[in-house]
Amino acid sequence: MENNKVEVIIVGAGPAGASAAITLARAGKKVLLADRADNAGDKNVFGGTIYAKQTAEIYPNFWETAPVERAVTEQKIFMLTDCDSVQFGYKYASKASYKAFTVKRSNWDRWCVEQAQKEGAYFAPKTLVKELLIENGKVVGVQTEFEKFYSDIVIIADGVNSLLAKQIGLRNEIKDKDVSLSVKEVIEIPKENLQDRFNIDDEDGCACKILGGPLKDIMALGFMCTNKNSIALGYSVSIDELKKHNIKPYELLEELKEHPTIASYIKGGKTIEYSSHLIPEGGYNCIPKVYDNRVLVAGDAAMFVNNIHFEGTNLAMLSGKLAAETAIEALNLSDCSASVLCRYYKKLENSILIKDLRTHRNTIDVIRKNIHTLTSLYPELACDFFDLLTSADEIPKRAKYRKFLSKFIKSRGITASIPFVFLAMEKCFKK
Amino acid sequence: MNLDEKLATLKYNKDNESHLSVDEDVCIRCKEKPCTFICPANVYEWNEEKCIMTIRYENCLECGACKIACEKNNITWRYPNGGYGVKYKNG
Repeated sequence: MENNKVEVIIVGAGPAGASAAITLARAGKKVLLADRADNAGDKNVFGGTIYAKQTAEIYPNFWETAPVERAVTEQKIFMLTDCDSVQFGYKYASKASYKAFTVKRSNWDRWCVEQAQKEGAYFAPKTLVKELLIENGKVVGVQTEFEKFYSDIVIIADGVNSLLAKQIGLRNEIKDKDVSLSVKEVIEIPKENLQDRFNIDDEDGCACKILGGPLKDIMALGFMCTNKNSIALGYSVSIDELKKHNIKPYELLEELKEHPTIASYIKGGKTIEYSSHLIPEGGYNCIPKVYDNRVLVAGDAAMFVNNIHFEGTNLAMLSGKLAAETAIEALNLSDCSASVLCRYYKKLENSILIKDLRTHRNTIDVIRKNIHTLTSLYPELACDFFDLLTSADEIPKRAKYRKFLSKFIKSRGITASIPFVFLAMEKCFKK
Repeated sequence: MNLDEKLATLKYNKDNESHLSVDEDVCIRCKEKPCTFICPANVYEWNEEKCIMTIRYENCLECGACKIACEKNNITWRYPNGGYGVKYKNG
Protein backbone atom coordinates (compact mmCIF):
# COMPACT_ATOMS: atom_id res chain seq x y z
CA MET A 1 0.00 0.00 0.00
CA GLU A 2 1.63 3.24 -1.15
CA ASN A 3 1.60 6.10 1.38
CA ASN A 4 -1.27 4.45 3.25
CA LYS A 5 -3.55 5.33 0.35
CA VAL A 6 -6.12 3.08 -1.32
CA GLU A 7 -9.19 3.71 -3.44
CA VAL A 8 -11.70 2.43 -0.88
CA ILE A 9 -11.44 1.82 2.86
CA ILE A 10 -14.09 -0.43 4.38
CA VAL A 11 -14.56 -0.29 8.13
CA GLY A 12 -15.88 -3.54 9.59
CA ALA A 13 -15.28 -7.05 8.24
CA GLY A 14 -18.76 -8.48 8.82
CA PRO A 15 -21.03 -9.70 6.03
CA ALA A 16 -21.51 -6.18 4.60
CA GLY A 17 -17.82 -5.24 4.71
CA ALA A 18 -16.55 -8.52 3.29
CA SER A 19 -19.09 -8.46 0.48
CA ALA A 20 -18.12 -4.88 -0.41
CA ALA A 21 -14.42 -5.80 -0.28
CA ILE A 22 -14.71 -8.81 -2.59
CA THR A 23 -16.87 -6.88 -5.09
CA LEU A 24 -14.33 -4.03 -5.25
CA ALA A 25 -11.35 -6.36 -5.42
CA ARG A 26 -12.93 -8.31 -8.28
CA ALA A 27 -13.23 -5.02 -10.17
CA GLY A 28 -9.51 -4.46 -9.63
CA LYS A 29 -9.92 -1.63 -7.13
CA LYS A 30 -7.43 -1.09 -4.32
CA VAL A 31 -9.34 -1.80 -1.15
CA LEU A 32 -8.47 -1.93 2.55
CA LEU A 33 -10.80 -3.83 4.88
CA ALA A 34 -10.20 -2.92 8.55
CA ASP A 35 -11.62 -4.70 11.58
CA ARG A 36 -11.04 -4.20 15.29
CA ALA A 37 -11.01 -7.94 16.08
CA ASP A 38 -8.03 -10.33 15.99
CA ASN A 39 -9.87 -12.30 13.32
CA ALA A 40 -12.93 -11.38 11.29
CA GLY A 41 -16.02 -12.73 13.04
CA ASP A 42 -14.59 -12.72 16.57
CA LYS A 43 -17.05 -10.03 17.63
CA ASN A 44 -20.04 -11.15 15.60
CA VAL A 45 -23.18 -12.93 16.73
CA PHE A 46 -26.44 -13.73 14.95
CA GLY A 47 -29.56 -15.88 14.98
CA GLY A 48 -27.92 -18.83 13.28
CA THR A 49 -28.81 -19.02 9.58
CA ILE A 50 -27.59 -17.47 6.36
CA TYR A 51 -29.70 -17.47 3.19
CA ALA A 52 -28.27 -19.49 0.34
CA LYS A 53 -29.45 -17.69 -2.78
CA GLN A 54 -28.27 -14.18 -1.97
CA THR A 55 -25.05 -15.45 -0.42
CA ALA A 56 -24.29 -17.43 -3.57
CA GLU A 57 -24.55 -14.28 -5.67
CA ILE A 58 -21.40 -13.09 -3.93
CA TYR A 59 -19.75 -16.42 -3.13
CA PRO A 60 -20.90 -18.83 -5.90
CA ASN A 61 -21.40 -22.43 -4.72
CA PHE A 62 -20.06 -21.41 -1.32
CA TRP A 63 -21.43 -24.56 0.34
CA GLU A 64 -18.79 -26.63 -1.41
CA THR A 65 -15.90 -24.99 0.43
CA ALA A 66 -17.27 -22.66 3.12
CA PRO A 67 -17.45 -23.75 6.77
CA VAL A 68 -21.21 -24.28 6.91
CA GLU A 69 -22.70 -26.32 9.74
CA ARG A 70 -25.92 -27.77 8.32
CA ALA A 71 -28.25 -27.18 5.35
CA VAL A 72 -31.59 -26.12 6.79
CA THR A 73 -34.28 -28.54 5.60
CA GLU A 74 -36.91 -27.78 8.19
CA GLN A 75 -38.23 -24.53 9.66
CA LYS A 76 -40.45 -24.77 12.71
CA ILE A 77 -42.53 -22.50 14.88
CA PHE A 78 -42.95 -23.28 18.56
CA MET A 79 -45.90 -21.72 20.35
CA LEU A 80 -45.32 -22.05 24.08
CA THR A 81 -47.64 -21.63 27.01
CA ASP A 82 -46.27 -21.75 30.54
CA CYS A 83 -45.74 -25.52 30.39
CA ASP A 84 -47.08 -26.82 27.09
CA SER A 85 -46.51 -26.15 23.42
CA VAL A 86 -47.84 -26.57 19.91
CA GLN A 87 -45.22 -26.95 17.22
CA PHE A 88 -45.58 -26.86 13.48
CA GLY A 89 -43.03 -26.91 10.73
CA TYR A 90 -42.25 -26.82 7.05
CA LYS A 91 -39.99 -29.62 5.89
CA TYR A 92 -38.55 -29.68 2.41
CA ALA A 93 -37.00 -32.77 0.97
CA SER A 94 -35.00 -31.45 -1.94
CA LYS A 95 -31.43 -30.61 -1.11
CA ALA A 96 -30.98 -29.45 -4.68
CA SER A 97 -32.55 -26.13 -3.75
CA TYR A 98 -30.69 -24.95 -0.69
CA LYS A 99 -32.60 -22.26 1.15
CA ALA A 100 -30.45 -21.59 4.19
CA PHE A 101 -27.47 -22.86 6.14
CA THR A 102 -26.57 -22.71 9.77
CA VAL A 103 -23.07 -21.32 10.34
CA LYS A 104 -20.83 -20.26 13.20
CA ARG A 105 -20.01 -16.65 12.63
CA SER A 106 -16.38 -16.80 13.68
CA ASN A 107 -15.73 -19.46 11.01
CA TRP A 108 -18.04 -17.99 8.42
CA ASP A 109 -16.92 -14.36 8.59
CA ARG A 110 -13.27 -15.39 8.48
CA TRP A 111 -13.90 -17.50 5.39
CA CYS A 112 -15.66 -14.59 3.64
CA VAL A 113 -12.74 -12.27 4.34
CA GLU A 114 -10.30 -14.90 3.06
CA GLN A 115 -12.23 -14.99 -0.23
CA ALA A 116 -11.94 -11.19 -0.47
CA GLN A 117 -8.20 -11.44 0.24
CA LYS A 118 -7.82 -14.04 -2.53
CA GLU A 119 -9.32 -11.51 -4.90
CA GLY A 120 -6.77 -8.92 -3.83
CA ALA A 121 -8.30 -6.99 -0.91
CA TYR A 122 -5.96 -5.97 1.93
CA PHE A 123 -7.24 -7.06 5.33
CA ALA A 124 -6.11 -5.23 8.49
CA PRO A 125 -7.21 -7.08 11.64
CA LYS A 126 -6.76 -5.69 15.19
CA THR A 127 -7.35 -2.28 13.65
CA LEU A 128 -9.76 -0.06 15.49
CA VAL A 129 -10.89 2.89 13.42
CA LYS A 130 -11.26 5.66 15.96
CA GLU A 131 -12.71 8.23 13.63
CA LEU A 132 -13.14 9.35 10.07
CA LEU A 133 -10.57 11.85 8.85
CA ILE A 134 -12.20 15.03 7.65
CA GLU A 135 -10.43 17.66 5.54
CA ASN A 136 -12.23 20.72 4.21
CA GLY A 137 -15.52 19.19 5.28
CA LYS A 138 -14.91 16.01 3.33
CA VAL A 139 -14.10 12.48 4.49
CA VAL A 140 -10.62 11.65 3.25
CA GLY A 141 -9.83 8.49 5.19
CA VAL A 142 -9.71 6.99 8.66
CA GLN A 143 -7.71 7.45 11.86
CA THR A 144 -6.81 4.16 13.53
CA GLU A 145 -5.12 3.80 16.93
CA PHE A 146 -1.71 4.06 15.36
CA GLU A 147 -1.90 5.61 11.91
CA LYS A 148 -3.90 7.36 9.25
CA PHE A 149 -5.17 5.73 6.08
CA TYR A 150 -6.43 7.70 3.10
CA SER A 151 -8.94 6.78 0.41
CA ASP A 152 -11.29 8.24 -2.18
CA ILE A 153 -14.29 6.54 -0.57
CA VAL A 154 -14.97 5.09 2.89
CA ILE A 155 -17.63 2.39 3.24
CA ILE A 156 -18.92 2.37 6.81
CA ALA A 157 -19.90 -1.19 7.76
CA ASP A 158 -19.08 -1.02 11.46
CA GLY A 159 -22.27 -2.61 12.67
CA VAL A 160 -25.35 -1.72 14.65
CA ASN A 161 -23.60 0.74 16.97
CA SER A 162 -21.94 2.57 14.06
CA LEU A 163 -19.95 5.23 15.85
CA LEU A 164 -18.62 6.44 12.50
CA ALA A 165 -22.02 7.13 10.90
CA LYS A 166 -22.82 9.07 14.07
CA GLN A 167 -19.56 11.03 13.88
CA ILE A 168 -20.54 12.60 10.55
CA GLY A 169 -24.19 13.07 11.48
CA LEU A 170 -25.63 10.44 9.16
CA ARG A 171 -27.19 8.68 12.12
CA ASN A 172 -28.63 9.63 15.49
CA GLU A 173 -28.64 7.41 18.55
CA ILE A 174 -31.15 4.60 18.07
CA LYS A 175 -34.30 4.78 20.19
CA ASP A 176 -34.69 1.94 22.68
CA LYS A 177 -37.87 0.70 20.99
CA ASP A 178 -36.09 0.39 17.63
CA VAL A 179 -33.38 -1.97 18.77
CA SER A 180 -33.44 -5.43 20.26
CA LEU A 181 -30.97 -7.13 22.50
CA SER A 182 -30.28 -10.69 21.57
CA VAL A 183 -28.79 -13.18 24.01
CA LYS A 184 -27.82 -16.65 23.02
CA GLU A 185 -26.11 -19.82 24.15
CA VAL A 186 -24.40 -22.40 22.02
CA ILE A 187 -25.09 -25.73 23.68
CA GLU A 188 -23.00 -28.75 22.76
CA ILE A 189 -24.96 -31.98 22.21
CA PRO A 190 -23.66 -35.28 20.82
CA LYS A 191 -24.43 -35.36 17.11
CA GLU A 192 -26.59 -38.50 17.29
CA ASN A 193 -28.76 -37.11 20.10
CA LEU A 194 -29.15 -33.83 18.29
CA GLN A 195 -30.25 -35.52 15.05
CA ASP A 196 -32.68 -37.78 16.89
CA ARG A 197 -34.27 -34.91 18.77
CA PHE A 198 -34.78 -32.79 15.68
CA ASN A 199 -35.49 -35.79 13.46
CA ILE A 200 -32.89 -34.75 10.88
CA ASP A 201 -30.27 -36.56 8.81
CA ASP A 202 -26.53 -36.17 8.90
CA GLU A 203 -26.09 -32.95 6.94
CA ASP A 204 -29.57 -31.53 7.50
CA GLY A 205 -30.54 -28.80 9.90
CA CYS A 206 -33.55 -27.30 11.59
CA ALA A 207 -34.27 -23.66 12.36
CA CYS A 208 -37.00 -22.78 14.86
CA LYS A 209 -38.71 -19.61 16.01
CA ILE A 210 -40.21 -19.54 19.49
CA LEU A 211 -43.25 -17.52 20.57
CA GLY A 212 -44.60 -17.17 24.09
CA GLY A 213 -43.80 -19.17 27.19
CA PRO A 214 -41.34 -17.12 29.24
CA LEU A 215 -41.34 -14.62 26.35
CA LYS A 216 -45.08 -13.92 26.50
CA ASP A 217 -46.53 -10.40 26.54
CA ILE A 218 -43.23 -8.75 25.60
CA MET A 219 -41.72 -7.83 22.24
CA ALA A 220 -39.52 -10.88 22.19
CA LEU A 221 -38.90 -13.79 19.88
CA GLY A 222 -36.93 -16.93 20.59
CA PHE A 223 -34.84 -18.93 18.15
CA MET A 224 -33.20 -22.32 18.13
CA CYS A 225 -31.11 -23.84 15.36
CA THR A 226 -28.90 -26.82 14.84
CA ASN A 227 -25.18 -26.69 14.22
CA LYS A 228 -23.22 -29.90 13.57
CA ASN A 229 -22.73 -30.78 17.23
CA SER A 230 -24.52 -27.99 19.01
CA ILE A 231 -27.75 -26.06 19.34
CA ALA A 232 -27.85 -22.27 19.20
CA LEU A 233 -30.65 -21.15 21.50
CA GLY A 234 -31.56 -17.59 22.32
CA TYR A 235 -34.04 -14.79 21.96
CA SER A 236 -34.17 -11.14 21.11
CA VAL A 237 -36.14 -8.56 23.04
CA SER A 238 -36.77 -4.90 22.47
CA ILE A 239 -34.71 -2.71 24.83
CA ASP A 240 -37.68 -0.61 25.92
CA GLU A 241 -39.39 -3.82 27.07
CA LEU A 242 -36.34 -4.88 29.07
CA LYS A 243 -36.45 -1.53 30.82
CA LYS A 244 -40.19 -1.50 31.34
CA HIS A 245 -40.33 -4.96 32.88
CA ASN A 246 -37.01 -4.85 34.77
CA ILE A 247 -35.79 -7.92 32.93
CA LYS A 248 -32.32 -9.33 33.42
CA PRO A 249 -31.60 -10.83 29.98
CA TYR A 250 -29.61 -13.82 31.25
CA GLU A 251 -32.35 -14.78 33.73
CA LEU A 252 -34.98 -14.76 30.99
CA LEU A 253 -32.70 -16.96 28.90
CA GLU A 254 -32.58 -19.46 31.78
CA GLU A 255 -36.38 -19.45 31.95
CA LEU A 256 -36.52 -20.22 28.24
CA LYS A 257 -34.02 -23.08 28.68
CA GLU A 258 -36.13 -24.48 31.52
CA HIS A 259 -39.40 -24.55 29.61
CA PRO A 260 -40.29 -28.27 29.35
CA THR A 261 -40.47 -28.25 25.53
CA ILE A 262 -37.16 -26.47 25.09
CA ALA A 263 -35.50 -28.40 27.92
CA SER A 264 -36.22 -31.66 26.11
CA TYR A 265 -34.13 -30.50 23.15
CA ILE A 266 -31.10 -29.29 25.10
CA LYS A 267 -31.16 -32.00 27.79
CA GLY A 268 -27.69 -33.16 28.82
CA GLY A 269 -26.09 -30.43 26.72
CA LYS A 270 -23.16 -28.29 27.78
CA THR A 271 -23.14 -24.56 27.17
CA ILE A 272 -19.93 -23.78 25.32
CA GLU A 273 -20.61 -20.11 24.66
CA TYR A 274 -22.81 -17.31 25.90
CA SER A 275 -23.16 -14.25 23.69
CA SER A 276 -25.05 -11.06 23.16
CA HIS A 277 -25.61 -8.58 20.35
CA LEU A 278 -27.93 -5.78 19.28
CA ILE A 279 -30.28 -6.00 16.31
CA PRO A 280 -31.46 -2.78 14.65
CA GLU A 281 -35.17 -3.39 14.25
CA GLY A 282 -36.57 0.03 13.47
CA GLY A 283 -37.01 -0.93 9.81
CA TYR A 284 -37.84 1.45 6.99
CA ASN A 285 -38.73 4.40 9.21
CA CYS A 286 -35.29 4.33 10.86
CA ILE A 287 -33.05 4.08 7.80
CA PRO A 288 -30.48 6.86 8.07
CA LYS A 289 -28.94 8.76 5.19
CA VAL A 290 -26.69 6.09 3.69
CA TYR A 291 -24.43 8.21 1.49
CA ASP A 292 -22.63 11.51 1.50
CA ASN A 293 -19.60 12.95 -0.23
CA ARG A 294 -17.02 10.12 -0.34
CA VAL A 295 -18.98 7.96 2.13
CA LEU A 296 -21.40 5.01 1.95
CA VAL A 297 -23.06 3.11 4.80
CA ALA A 298 -23.98 -0.61 4.61
CA GLY A 299 -25.35 -3.47 6.71
CA ASP A 300 -26.47 -3.07 10.33
CA ALA A 301 -24.81 0.36 10.40
CA ALA A 302 -27.54 1.42 7.95
CA MET A 303 -30.17 -0.45 10.02
CA PHE A 304 -30.85 -2.91 7.18
CA VAL A 305 -32.72 -5.64 9.03
CA ASN A 306 -36.07 -7.14 8.06
CA ASN A 307 -37.19 -8.48 11.42
CA ILE A 308 -40.52 -9.77 10.10
CA HIS A 309 -38.70 -12.30 7.92
CA PHE A 310 -35.63 -12.71 10.15
CA GLU A 311 -33.33 -11.27 7.49
CA GLY A 312 -30.13 -9.41 8.32
CA THR A 313 -26.95 -11.02 7.04
CA ASN A 314 -28.41 -11.32 3.54
CA LEU A 315 -29.33 -7.64 3.50
CA ALA A 316 -25.88 -6.80 4.83
CA MET A 317 -24.24 -8.72 1.99
CA LEU A 318 -26.57 -7.19 -0.59
CA SER A 319 -26.03 -3.64 0.65
CA GLY A 320 -22.25 -4.20 0.80
CA LYS A 321 -22.31 -5.36 -2.81
CA LEU A 322 -24.44 -2.43 -3.98
CA ALA A 323 -22.26 0.04 -2.07
CA ALA A 324 -19.19 -1.45 -3.76
CA GLU A 325 -20.80 -1.28 -7.21
CA THR A 326 -21.64 2.37 -6.61
CA ALA A 327 -18.08 3.03 -5.47
CA ILE A 328 -16.75 1.37 -8.64
CA GLU A 329 -18.90 3.64 -10.81
CA ALA A 330 -17.79 6.72 -8.89
CA LEU A 331 -14.10 5.79 -9.11
CA ASN A 332 -14.44 5.16 -12.87
CA LEU A 333 -16.04 8.59 -13.25
CA SER A 334 -13.39 10.15 -10.95
CA ASP A 335 -16.27 11.73 -9.05
CA CYS A 336 -16.86 10.47 -5.51
CA SER A 337 -19.23 13.23 -4.50
CA ALA A 338 -22.73 12.67 -3.17
CA SER A 339 -24.14 13.46 -6.61
CA VAL A 340 -22.73 10.14 -7.87
CA LEU A 341 -22.88 8.17 -4.63
CA CYS A 342 -26.62 8.84 -4.36
CA ARG A 343 -26.94 6.08 -6.96
CA TYR A 344 -26.40 3.70 -4.04
CA TYR A 345 -29.80 4.55 -2.62
CA LYS A 346 -31.40 4.13 -6.05
CA LYS A 347 -29.85 0.66 -6.29
CA LEU A 348 -31.16 -0.18 -2.83
CA GLU A 349 -34.61 1.07 -3.82
CA ASN A 350 -34.61 -1.13 -6.90
CA SER A 351 -33.57 -4.16 -4.87
CA ILE A 352 -35.63 -6.26 -2.47
CA LEU A 353 -33.94 -4.45 0.40
CA ILE A 354 -35.87 -1.18 0.41
CA LYS A 355 -38.91 -2.76 -1.24
CA ASP A 356 -39.31 -5.29 1.58
CA LEU A 357 -38.52 -2.86 4.37
CA ARG A 358 -41.10 -0.49 2.89
CA THR A 359 -43.69 -3.29 2.74
CA HIS A 360 -43.20 -3.82 6.46
CA ARG A 361 -42.80 -0.18 7.47
CA ASN A 362 -45.73 -0.42 9.93
CA THR A 363 -45.90 -4.15 10.62
CA ILE A 364 -43.88 -4.00 13.81
CA ASP A 365 -46.26 -1.40 15.27
CA VAL A 366 -49.19 -3.72 14.56
CA ILE A 367 -47.33 -6.59 16.23
CA ARG A 368 -46.52 -4.38 19.19
CA LYS A 369 -50.20 -3.54 19.63
CA ASN A 370 -51.16 -7.21 19.41
CA ILE A 371 -48.27 -8.71 21.32
CA HIS A 372 -50.52 -10.30 23.95
CA THR A 373 -52.61 -12.01 21.25
CA LEU A 374 -49.56 -13.26 19.41
CA THR A 375 -47.41 -14.47 22.28
CA SER A 376 -49.93 -15.38 24.94
CA LEU A 377 -53.45 -15.88 23.62
CA TYR A 378 -52.71 -17.80 20.40
CA PRO A 379 -50.30 -20.27 22.01
CA GLU A 380 -52.89 -20.84 24.75
CA LEU A 381 -55.75 -21.34 22.30
CA ALA A 382 -53.64 -23.65 20.17
CA CYS A 383 -52.79 -25.78 23.20
CA ASP A 384 -56.43 -25.69 24.37
CA PHE A 385 -57.53 -26.86 20.97
CA PHE A 386 -55.19 -29.83 20.91
CA ASP A 387 -56.11 -30.64 24.50
CA LEU A 388 -59.78 -30.60 23.54
CA LEU A 389 -59.12 -32.76 20.52
CA THR A 390 -57.08 -35.38 22.31
CA SER A 391 -58.37 -35.75 25.86
CA ALA A 392 -61.02 -38.35 26.63
CA ASP A 393 -62.81 -37.97 29.94
CA GLU A 394 -66.27 -37.65 31.50
CA ILE A 395 -66.90 -34.10 30.20
CA PRO A 396 -69.19 -34.10 27.15
CA LYS A 397 -67.50 -32.83 24.00
CA ARG A 398 -70.21 -30.23 23.43
CA ALA A 399 -69.44 -28.62 26.79
CA LYS A 400 -65.76 -28.54 25.87
CA TYR A 401 -66.46 -26.89 22.52
CA ARG A 402 -68.61 -24.27 24.24
CA LYS A 403 -65.88 -23.51 26.75
CA PHE A 404 -63.28 -23.17 24.01
CA LEU A 405 -65.52 -20.98 21.88
CA SER A 406 -66.49 -18.73 24.73
CA LYS A 407 -62.80 -18.21 25.60
CA PHE A 408 -62.05 -17.41 21.98
CA ILE A 409 -64.89 -14.91 21.68
CA LYS A 410 -64.14 -13.26 25.01
CA SER A 411 -60.48 -12.81 24.17
CA ARG A 412 -60.71 -11.83 20.50
CA GLY A 413 -63.96 -9.88 20.54
CA ILE A 414 -67.07 -10.79 18.64
CA THR A 415 -66.11 -9.23 15.27
CA ALA A 416 -62.89 -11.17 14.90
CA SER A 417 -64.66 -14.30 15.99
CA ILE A 418 -67.65 -14.24 13.62
CA PRO A 419 -66.30 -16.50 10.84
CA PHE A 420 -65.04 -18.99 13.38
CA VAL A 421 -68.29 -18.90 15.32
CA PHE A 422 -70.37 -19.66 12.23
CA LEU A 423 -68.21 -22.66 11.44
CA ALA A 424 -68.43 -23.99 14.94
CA MET A 425 -72.05 -23.10 15.65
CA GLU A 426 -73.49 -26.15 14.02
CA LYS A 427 -71.54 -28.62 16.11
CA CYS A 428 -71.87 -26.75 19.39
CA PHE A 429 -75.39 -25.54 19.68
CA LYS A 430 -77.54 -27.43 17.18
CA LYS A 431 -79.38 -30.14 19.00
CA MET B 1 -26.73 -21.79 35.08
CA ASN B 2 -25.90 -18.41 36.59
CA LEU B 3 -24.32 -15.46 34.86
CA ASP B 4 -20.81 -16.15 36.19
CA GLU B 5 -20.96 -19.61 34.69
CA LYS B 6 -22.19 -18.16 31.40
CA LEU B 7 -19.38 -15.60 31.31
CA ALA B 8 -16.86 -18.31 32.16
CA THR B 9 -17.55 -19.86 28.74
CA LEU B 10 -16.03 -16.77 27.10
CA LYS B 11 -12.56 -15.80 26.11
CA TYR B 12 -11.51 -12.21 26.73
CA ASN B 13 -8.35 -10.27 26.02
CA LYS B 14 -8.51 -7.73 28.82
CA ASP B 15 -7.57 -4.17 27.96
CA ASN B 16 -5.77 -2.15 30.63
CA GLU B 17 -8.12 0.78 30.36
CA SER B 18 -11.91 0.83 30.52
CA HIS B 19 -13.79 1.58 27.31
CA LEU B 20 -16.88 2.50 29.37
CA SER B 21 -17.46 5.37 31.75
CA VAL B 22 -20.27 7.27 33.45
CA ASP B 23 -20.64 10.57 35.26
CA GLU B 24 -21.74 9.46 38.74
CA ASP B 25 -23.24 12.87 39.53
CA VAL B 26 -25.76 12.13 36.81
CA CYS B 27 -26.30 8.52 38.01
CA ILE B 28 -27.32 9.85 41.45
CA ARG B 29 -30.28 11.58 39.83
CA CYS B 30 -31.28 8.50 37.82
CA LYS B 31 -34.02 6.54 39.58
CA GLU B 32 -34.32 3.46 37.37
CA LYS B 33 -30.67 2.85 36.51
CA PRO B 34 -31.53 0.47 33.64
CA CYS B 35 -27.83 -0.21 33.02
CA THR B 36 -27.71 -2.12 36.33
CA PHE B 37 -30.20 -4.75 35.15
CA ILE B 38 -30.43 -4.78 31.35
CA CYS B 39 -26.72 -5.41 30.71
CA PRO B 40 -26.35 -9.06 29.60
CA ALA B 41 -23.03 -9.28 31.43
CA ASN B 42 -24.09 -7.30 34.53
CA VAL B 43 -21.22 -4.87 34.03
CA TYR B 44 -22.74 -2.01 36.04
CA GLU B 45 -23.30 -2.06 39.81
CA TRP B 46 -24.44 0.95 41.81
CA ASN B 47 -23.28 1.40 45.39
CA GLU B 48 -26.05 3.39 47.05
CA GLU B 49 -24.05 4.37 50.14
CA LYS B 50 -20.94 5.60 48.40
CA CYS B 51 -22.72 6.74 45.23
CA ILE B 52 -20.22 4.88 43.11
CA MET B 53 -20.85 2.98 39.89
CA THR B 54 -18.62 -0.06 39.63
CA ILE B 55 -18.03 -0.86 35.96
CA ARG B 56 -16.67 -4.33 35.28
CA TYR B 57 -15.68 -3.43 31.73
CA GLU B 58 -13.61 -6.59 31.43
CA ASN B 59 -16.87 -8.61 31.28
CA CYS B 60 -18.42 -6.40 28.60
CA LEU B 61 -19.90 -8.21 25.57
CA GLU B 62 -19.66 -4.98 23.54
CA CYS B 63 -23.34 -5.09 22.57
CA GLY B 64 -24.12 -1.41 23.23
CA ALA B 65 -27.43 -1.97 25.03
CA CYS B 66 -26.41 0.12 28.07
CA LYS B 67 -25.83 3.33 26.16
CA ILE B 68 -29.17 3.05 24.35
CA ALA B 69 -31.03 2.20 27.56
CA CYS B 70 -29.50 5.08 29.54
CA GLU B 71 -32.21 7.75 29.80
CA LYS B 72 -29.67 10.39 30.72
CA ASN B 73 -27.37 9.61 27.80
CA ASN B 74 -24.67 9.33 30.43
CA ILE B 75 -22.65 6.36 29.26
CA THR B 76 -19.51 7.11 27.31
CA TRP B 77 -19.25 4.04 25.17
CA ARG B 78 -16.54 3.14 22.73
CA TYR B 79 -15.00 -0.07 21.48
CA PRO B 80 -12.05 -1.63 23.28
CA ASN B 81 -8.77 -1.08 21.43
CA GLY B 82 -7.98 -3.31 18.44
CA GLY B 83 -7.60 -6.97 19.41
CA TYR B 84 -8.95 -6.44 22.95
CA GLY B 85 -12.24 -7.37 24.54
CA VAL B 86 -14.50 -10.37 24.03
CA LYS B 87 -13.66 -13.01 21.47
CA TYR B 88 -16.42 -15.34 20.30
CA LYS B 89 -15.51 -18.75 18.95
CA ASN B 90 -19.01 -19.64 17.77
CA GLY B 91 -21.00 -16.44 17.39
